[in-house]
Amino acid sequence: MSEIIGIGAAPRRKEDFRFLTGRGNYVADVKRAGMTFGVFIRSPHGHAVVRSIDKTAALALPGVEAVLTGDDVAADELGTLPCGWGIHGADGLPMKEPPFPVLAQGKVRFVGDMVAFVIADTLEQARAAAEAVVIDYDVLPSVVGVLEAVRPGAPQLFDDVPNNLCCDWELGDKAAVAIAFRKAAHVARLSLVNNRLIGNPMEPRAAIAEYNGGTGHYTLWTTSQFPHVVRFLMSALVLKIPEQKMRVVAPDVGGGFGVKQFHYGEEAVVTWAAKRVGRPVKWVADRSEGFVSDRHGRDHVTEAELALDENGKFLALKVATLANMGGYLSTFGPNIPTNLYGPLLSGVYTTPAIYCNVKVIFTNTVPVDAYRGAGRPEATFVVERLVDVAAKEMGIDRVELRRRNIIPKQSYPYQTPVLVEYDSGDPMGCLEGALVAADVAGFGARKAASERDGKFRGLGFSTYVEACGLAPSRFAGRLGARGGLYESATVRVHPTGQVTVLIGTHNHGQGHETTFAQIVSEKLGVAFDNVDIVFGDTDRVQFGMGTYGSRSLVVGGAALAKASDKVVTKGKKIAAYLLEAGEHDIQFEAGVFSVAGTDRGKTFQEIAGAAYVPHNYPLEVLEPGLEEQAYYDPINFTYPGGCHIAEVEIDPETGIVTLEKYTAVDDVGTVINPMIVEGQLHGGIVQGVGQALYESAVYDEVSGQLLSGSFMDYCMPRADHLPNMTIKTHSTLCTHTPMGVKGCGEVGTIGSPAAVINSVVDALSHLGVHHVDMPATPNRIWRVIQNAVMPRAAE
Amino acid sequence: MIISFTLNGRSRTVGIEPATLVAELLRETLNLTGTHVGCDTSQCGACVVLFNGEAVKSCTLLAPMLDGGTLVTIEGLSGPGGSNQLHPMQEAFHQNHGLQCGFCTPGMVMTAVALTAKNPVPTEAEVRHGLEGNICRCTGYQNIVASVLAGAAAMNAPAIGE
Repeated sequence: MSEIIGIGAAPRRKEDFRFLTGRGNYVADVKRAGMTFGVFIRSPHGHAVVRSIDKTAALALPGVEAVLTGDDVAADELGTLPCGWGIHGADGLPMKEPPFPVLAQGKVRFVGDMVAFVIADTLEQARAAAEAVVIDYDVLPSVVGVLEAVRPGAPQLFDDVPNNLCCDWELGDKAAVAIAFRKAAHVARLSLVNNRLIGNPMEPRAAIAEYNGGTGHYTLWTTSQFPHVVRFLMSALVLKIPEQKMRVVAPDVGGGFGVKQFHYGEEAVVTWAAKRVGRPVKWVADRSEGFVSDRHGRDHVTEAELALDENGKFLALKVATLANMGGYLSTFGPNIPTNLYGPLLSGVYTTPAIYCNVKVIFTNTVPVDAYRGAGRPEATFVVERLVDVAAKEMGIDRVELRRRNIIPKQSYPYQTPVLVEYDSGDPMGCLEGALVAADVAGFGARKAASERDGKFRGLGFSTYVEACGLAPSRFAGRLGARGGLYESATVRVHPTGQVTVLIGTHNHGQGHETTFAQIVSEKLGVAFDNVDIVFGDTDRVQFGMGTYGSRSLVVGGAALAKASDKVVTKGKKIAAYLLEAGEHDIQFEAGVFSVAGTDRGKTFQEIAGAAYVPHNYPLEVLEPGLEEQAYYDPINFTYPGGCHIAEVEIDPETGIVTLEKYTAVDDVGTVINPMIVEGQLHGGIVQGVGQALYESAVYDEVSGQLLSGSFMDYCMPRADHLPNMTIKTHSTLCTHTPMGVKGCGEVGTIGSPAAVINSVVDALSHLGVHHVDMPATPNRIWRVIQNAVMPRAAE
Repeated sequence: MIISFTLNGRSRTVGIEPATLVAELLRETLNLTGTHVGCDTSQCGACVVLFNGEAVKSCTLLAPMLDGGTLVTIEGLSGPGGSNQLHPMQEAFHQNHGLQCGFCTPGMVMTAVALTAKNPVPTEAEVRHGLEGNICRCTGYQNIVASVLAGAAAMNAPAIGE
């Protein structure tokens, strides 16, 4: 039944019905009259010079419309793919920013780099024609790892980027850190690898474009998390199409996780090709194609040191990271291992001095960019692994060491030594809550039971904080952002009093159609069923920066709250006129405008009707209609945080790690829909568990081939890998967002890798194991155990 | 070649190329785009349909094999003609937040229906094992498992009036 369902309730999702009945509308489902099919020819080599491309035989095949190459791109003077962030090195110089052509110009730099686009009447014809294109490559040596890429004599990707070094970035007070390390009673050291990941949303990327020769308008349907940004970048920089003549639609999108928040060359080429051939052009990635072209995530090699005094107080943290950028700079690429990494190294601790150096390195691999968490899981992993190492070495209990260094609740707002100021939080409350929820007190008995079965049991803790709700534009601009990071919302009240919201964020699984409707239902007193949320179409929605960085509710929801408030403000003016009262005497509650202290009132629906049928209406001072728009630019990031506890059992015979229990207590600020928040946590945690135990993108060091190029080689978490998780919230309210919200999309992925690996190391600690790199596969763990038990035999 | 089969309760006769895959036939020829293709190695399970009551990956089944058989896709699960009523398993996914982006959902639901047909009262471990051939990247599976358990219970419950 139609009723107000507001903040804190858990209505089932509005979007479910179409997905459950097979009526979703994903890009691959879109069909246009007369459409053609496109296939990209991608480099089979990690590094090569393209000597020649012979398309004669391909063009002679039936149904073939065109074979487009880098020469056609150059002839049409297309722009290159822009990088949205321009960071600067420690020397003050800008990062090296070599061009990223939409189709290769003379050289290919990773397996999957796009060389040509073949268009034909059918997909089969396009595939056959792609086989018939003859490309002559001069294969060059590849370099895929960061350690190898910076060695003298390493293959060089770009003539004008010496040593493959894009940027040598730093943050923090190097001198203060050096002084603190000299005073330290103990220094804990750790070398670690943050494994390369492939986001793999279940829907492969796809694009279909058409061009209307009569009006000069283009329409592109694309699997994007930010259609307005795609339109802006294509219009302004890549295709140079007038922005008003281009419509970008991202309809239902089957998961993103960051992978779909970049402007990809495929989108630009498909759009450009649609005009070239004068027919709609459709391209849908195979999963194998996705593996070698979806932007990858993580891929750090790090040396970290933590200085402590004799009581275990953290004095300083020093971190040196080599971050893999892949073959080119993707949309957010250089921002991820720098601005989204260094400022999070303070974690939830009072560490007074931090210094971080990040060398951003080009290699012959898929470009690396944001993947759920993006920089923050990497930072959390460094800090939380190091805390465990320090605890072990100093003989201090791991939880006690955390307690001694956690920022007390009363110290918020808390200025860290690395740029950011946390507005609110209670990490100690999250930690204590998690200890209870995870039944840590009962761990000893569970461990003993495992031992009786010949198994090793371990417990692992991770606290974390993240900076999300991207972002305050001015702050981001100082860090190198080339765009704004606000969000916009329009609340369109119809004459019936029903509401359509047009919002610039994008819903691809997060439940925005439900959460945002709850906000409007509460704010305007309109029935939940009478609110529809529209997103993902540049012709319908005014503007938007899209969905990533846990920003949709924090920034988009805030814009929506502001726009709703404006509707109420105008409604009060109309009500005051109709009720012959002063505007300040009008109160609005649960959908009724009333004169304070009287029983005289008008419903929201009556006010909407009056606004659109303005016979009895203050037309001299007020416009008719009831539609308001707001743009919201936050003044700070938000800082969700929490404590995660993992419990694993390891079978020493096989090396198999079984995740037995997982507990998360998170501070996400105000919870709009607890069911959806819990679902976001589940998914995020399992992606982090995937990183810790299963997933890794592996390249062949010689050829540059991606060895983990399918779901048979890249292990995605499955239902039978996992236990039921215990999720709780322990929220403090954000002090600067309108509803106190902080965001919850990425928290699961940020807290979990360290919690899981800490539990694995704990389970093996009796063998003297100090660290285990991710993923903790059976093979790796079995070797670790063999080396520990029989160090010589295993050599 | 011409094949005849029952699709979502209606008999269909279609002309196909022999090498056509069922997923392709459904999506491209019959415009039933609820069946999704999420990989090219038969790993992800987004394309699962019911063929003669068995859950099969339609990306790996050749269309000629349909001849004389019975096929049910997500569009026909709740009854012939694409009724707006949800099947108890679909309703369970809705009630238990067993879906997020929706892309794996059709395959998950079809797999769950087949699993429950074979094992009407599955344990949590049996459900987790039974979903091993279906990948979801959004939910962490917890609510999918809860949905399947709830859906199984609902499918076993006597219908009103019985």
